[in-house]
Amino acid sequence: MTHVLSLLVEDKPGLLTRVAGLFARRGFNIESLAVGKSEIPGLSRITVVVDVEELPLEQVTKQLNKLINVIKIVELDPLQTVEREHMLIKVRVDNSTRSQILEAATLFRARIVDVATDALVIEVTGDTAKVQALLRVLEPYGIKEIAQSGLLAIGRGSKSITERVFKN
Amino acid sequence: MSTESIPVPTAAKAPGPAERHAAPEVLNGSAAILRSLENLGVTDVFGLPGGAIMPFYDELMSSTAIRHILVRHEQGAGHAAEGYASATGRIGVAIATSGPGATNLVTAIADAYMDSVPLLAITGQVFSTLMGTDAFQEVDIVGITMPITKHSFLITRPEDVPATIAAAIHIATTGRPGPVLVDVTKDAQQGFAPFVWPPKVDLPGYRPVTKAHGKQIQAAAQLLAEAKRPVFYVGGGVVRAKASAELLKLAELVGAPVVTTLMARGAFPDSNPLNLGMPGMHGTVPAVLAIQESDLLISLGARFDDRVTGKPSEFAPNAKVVHVDIDPAEISKIRVADVPIVGDAKDVIADLTVAFAQATKNTPSDLTDWWVRLDKLREQFPLGYDEPDDGLLSPQYVIERIGQITGPEAIYASGVGQHQMWAAQFIKYERPNSWLNSGGAGTMGYGVPAAMGAKVAEPERTVWAIDGDGCFQMTNQELATCTINNIPIKVAIINNSSLGMVRQWQTLFYEGRHSFTDLNTGHDTVMIPDFVKMADAYGALGIRVTRKEDVDAAIKLANETNDRPVVIDFIVSRDSMVWPMVPQGVGNSSVQYARDHAPEWDEE
Repeated sequence: MTHVLSLLVEDKPGLLTRVAGLFARRGFNIESLAVGKSEIPGLSRITVVVDVEELPLEQVTKQLNKLINVIKIVELDPLQTVEREHMLIKVRVDNSTRSQILEAATLFRARIVDVATDALVIEVTGDTAKVQALLRVLEPYGIKEIAQSGLLAIGRGSKSITERVFKN
Repeated sequence: MSTESIPVPTAAKAPGPAERHAAPEVLNGSAAILRSLENLGVTDVFGLPGGAIMPFYDELMSSTAIRHILVRHEQGAGHAAEGYASATGRIGVAIATSGPGATNLVTAIADAYMDSVPLLAITGQVFSTLMGTDAFQEVDIVGITMPITKHSFLITRPEDVPATIAAAIHIATTGRPGPVLVDVTKDAQQGFAPFVWPPKVDLPGYRPVTKAHGKQIQAAAQLLAEAKRPVFYVGGGVVRAKASAELLKLAELVGAPVVTTLMARGAFPDSNPLNLGMPGMHGTVPAVLAIQESDLLISLGARFDDRVTGKPSEFAPNAKVVHVDIDPAEISKIRVADVPIVGDAKDVIADLTVAFAQATKNTPSDLTDWWVRLDKLREQFPLGYDEPDDGLLSPQYVIERIGQITGPEAIYASGVGQHQMWAAQFIKYERPNSWLNSGGAGTMGYGVPAAMGAKVAEPERTVWAIDGDGCFQMTNQELATCTINNIPIKVAIINNSSLGMVRQWQTLFYEGRHSFTDLNTGHDTVMIPDFVKMADAYGALGIRVTRKEDVDAAIKLANETNDRPVVIDFIVSRDSMVWPMVPQGVGNSSVQYARDHAPEWDEE
């Protein structure tokens, strides 16, 4: 069972090591990780996807909460969350396949961001299922390289995690 | 709420002339470290200088408020600081230089992490401009200690010193205590900045819960009122929380049995009839079986360590669990709690006492049947030992006599192994902080330096290190520190000429194949080293005891000798084993009272 955790953290040196090290040390696998600045100066947001059962998830959350630089952890409910992945795909093309690949990219609302005589770089954004589906379609043509971001996730509606933390 | 500042105590002493001016005094980073420590009430530190910490040592030399004890190995500084903290509850401070100085602290830091000891480790670091270049004596000690500290800081600017030291001590001593490391680059020690005190400490991610939820307390009190076979499972958290008085009140009100884990020996008086002794792998049969047969475990500051639970799925199979801990991550980590209570043991126990009195106002609980069963177990399976067949001294007897002659006001620190278990079993503890040992990490060599630290903290108390011949050889260089600094500890070497606990397991589980456990220090060996000569070389009083009739006199002489440390080399039998024992990997119901002798007990 995968879970998406959103961590609000202080942007301190070594923070990522502390978080990643804790996962490794306690025997949890990080499926995906995305780190960036938050809307508050000095604070960052980490989106982590972990594949664990309910009880170990509680344990990892509690352990993460003990890190001094971790301010807040929220497990995002998939039904109430917008999730996006971002991927760059370098795919092999020739004159006979180019139009089919362009068509597939259009169907997935992906964009061509680089063109060479024998390759295209396609940029796609979407939830995990969509990105994987495009990959499956492109696979027969020969995928030369992919670069992928971690999953980004944010709760739907007007509420924000940061507001909840700093409400007083 | 999250941006509040942590209150920092102001200096107790009168302000110096410079401090009366409105503008803050300008100090170098080293002086700022020293002033911060002084302002935070630190009076004793243990350490050893080296290149990257020299600016700080230059300042330290002139301090009149802080006594620095120069150790012979940084690990000794770490364990001494632990002993100092464990004997008092105050922060222990260890100082080392960069590189190997810092890595030598690692074992002690890990030890403090496992046993929740408030420890501040201050290490020098190479110039910030050299960091990352593999400079001389550079190691990434912040990185190395990340998994074994509550938190760690790197200071590269002098202006960050006061707030960082204040934050470090705040983190180390509050909530679940633990070690905090502060690594200070040499340029931060040398550079100048205004010394602002009290500093502004912002830790938005650190807010330990101390006051528990009222509803959970009610639920726990209700379970306790209804329980037929309750047990108070008391851990080291009760010692750290200074909650012994509250525990005594609660236990006596409820009338339920108390078991005290290895880390909690002394948290509840051994002389109290409610105390069944220590649970776990080498616990008393009544303590182990009381838990197994219990219908309600009230866990107070304990963490269901594998040495207590045995096979967790077979631990206290019929018990509901109320788990009280200040660290939410301990609750339901090993055993799912029916009533989880996050809070400081001192507050929670006091609240629980009130709630229990309310819950039983009209229907007092009756534990008569439970005590009939427990008293039978106590009568059938008292702690005891057999005299060795080889005619040599019994190690248990020696340890028991040290406890009986010296009494409960003393402090007992032990190493790790058989002698540790015997010291936990056969010395009777009446007060918290009188028993110091390495419970979680199991660090051989903890004993001598921890005793030294305890003696510095509590100079009026007699301090014994109950050590093994293996452990003693790991850290005995601190005897030099003790002699030179007038820290007269007593060391009892329970010399069975071997790594005794490993040897015991080899005897029991490896068909008697004693692979590399002979140390040749004891009876009928070359006796290298000669511990009495060694004591003499260190300026300590060395005594060798081989006969039972000489044991008392030696202990008394040691207790009367306070002008130097004392080392007694008790030559004991190597065949004595620690009993009772639950073999590793099985349920606690398989406890053996003695070899191949398991007690009968009611499965129902």
